[in-house]
Amino acid sequence: MRRVFLFAAAALAMAATAAGAAEVKLLNVSYDPTRELYKDLGAGFAKQWKAKTGDTVILSTSNGGSGAQARAVIDGLQADVVTLALAADIDAISAKAKLLPADWQKRLPQNSTPYTSTIVFLVRKGNPKAIKDWSDLVKPGIQVVTPNPKTSGGARWAYLAAWSFAQKSPGGNADKAKAFVGGLYKNVPVLDSGARGSTVTFTKRGLGDVLLSWENEAHLALKEAPGKYEIVYPSRSILAEPPVALVAKNIDRHNNRKVAEAFVNYLYSPEAQEIEARDFYRPRNPAILAKYKANFPNIPLATIDTDFGGWTKAQQTHFADGGVFDQIYQPGR
Amino acid sequence: MTAATIFSPSTRSRFPGFGLSLGFTLFYLTGIVLVPLLALVLRPFSLHLEDFWTTISAPRVLAALRLSFGTALAAAAIDSFFGFIVAWVLVRYRFPGKRLMDALIDLPFALPTAVAGIALSTLYAPTGWVGSLLADYGIKVAYTPWGVLVAMIFIGLPFTVRTLQPVLQDLGRDLEEAAATLGATRPQAIMRVVVPMMMPALLTGAALAFARGVGEYGSIIFIAGNLPMKSEIAPLLIVTKLEQFDYAGAASIGVVMLAASFVLLLALNGLQVWAAKRR
Repeated sequence: MRRVFLFAAAALAMAATAAGAAEVKLLNVSYDPTRELYKDLGAGFAKQWKAKTGDTVILSTSNGGSGAQARAVIDGLQADVVTLALAADIDAISAKAKLLPADWQKRLPQNSTPYTSTIVFLVRKGNPKAIKDWSDLVKPGIQVVTPNPKTSGGARWAYLAAWSFAQKSPGGNADKAKAFVGGLYKNVPVLDSGARGSTVTFTKRGLGDVLLSWENEAHLALKEAPGKYEIVYPSRSILAEPPVALVAKNIDRHNNRKVAEAFVNYLYSPEAQEIEARDFYRPRNPAILAKYKANFPNIPLATIDTDFGGWTKAQQTHFADGGVFDQIYQPGR
Repeated sequence: MTAATIFSPSTRSRFPGFGLSLGFTLFYLTGIVLVPLLALVLRPFSLHLEDFWTTISAPRVLAALRLSFGTALAAAAIDSFFGFIVAWVLVRYRFPGKRLMDALIDLPFALPTAVAGIALSTLYAPTGWVGSLLADYGIKVAYTPWGVLVAMIFIGLPFTVRTLQPVLQDLGRDLEEAAATLGATRPQAIMRVVVPMMMPALLTGAALAFARGVGEYGSIIFIAGNLPMKSEIAPLLIVTKLEQFDYAGAASIGVVMLAASFVLLLALNGLQVWAAKRR
């Protein structure tokens, strides 16, 4: 399910009337819940670029499960910029299609991640099942909604957050973490392929007691249906870094490196950081993060590099075929 | 009469244009069907035979294949039975709203499969109209293998009705009347006269519904729940493998599905020929 939204529809109409000004197209291939974010960022950037150069930028964003999107780019989707849910998917584009250098994550500040997020619980109004922390999710009779970690980036972050909770609990170790995560997935009645699919299952279909959700997605659900849901922050979670990268080979082919570079740098600018914070992504800029701190409670967060030895290793151990996640579903366990 | 027409009557048709139309048929079949299938079959050869075997013999893959093929066969059987009744009603009786009903049959053809899936899962989810009624009796349909069956029955129905309808139309009532005058009861007339005559069409309809069910993706993923080993269909597993960049693995499952479907369709075709001969 790949939906391409033309965000700058208004800009397009303007471009049709404004004679002379050049028109630049940028294709951003992104993960599932960023529809609203890149609509806002695209509009902000187009305005700035127009003022600076007189050219009109049309930013199109394609949304879908992070893994599916990476595959589409590998198979030839002409992305200029990729903004995916996790580094492993951009690594795959680099390794399999050689569209960008292997050290892409060092090319932009802060691990190439202008904004971060985390995994929180979305529960129904009044929290009828009294879900407070990860340990409540493995109790009998609790239904947990989360997408398939094989295809969804957010689901991989959620899985690792649960793992790190179990491992950091008193007396925790890898075996106990495995058993804990196994118990959690026993309570999952549906595995959707992407984060947005799971949100729909939880909100529109009314299935499940708790949704393991991106923080931004949970806030968005609150905003869209006020008074129907509550966000629960567990005792600890994970620092989710959804990175951005320029697809070097494609921008050289499209001859739009200048505007693509300007766009990714724009994501770090105070203006963009404000937009990101308003769309419930945690901005990197400390001043802006402080301004919106009411939305972003400070809880201990595991990180992929220190707690899991980086994405390559985490991917191999947990999510590759035959990895820990597959073993959960093997019969007789 | 020349020797050629006597000795090769089958290749020299009396109708002109045989060479041109056969050439076009071969070209079309090759371009549209054979080349893509060949590309699919060749893809797993980037794997060793051993890897191919480990891929397709994984418990999760076997469970998905069993679910896809088993459910598609069951759905085809159910559709054949109810399709027969629907076709019978539409052909044999006149009643107000008949044309409207006739048009309704084709809707599952035309509806985008994702729309069908969303509609079905909304209806059968524990909060939906049907789902909440069933939930009172402890029956769960959406997000279980039963959901897969419901979706396959839905999309397969037009195939059976539309293949049975014209045959039933041609059948005429005189045979049943003849059976009745010879002393056959109504069930006897249906079971011993009508059904045998309809057998080839029934099998064709079943084969089409089965093929559609096995290959169906869009509507099922919304209602199935997609749990590995439980409600994960083989086409979804293929997509999942693709999204993990395992192209050869995805193609391996594809080849197995292709081979199994081909064998099953061939068997159904064989049955059909046999049924036609017996008539």
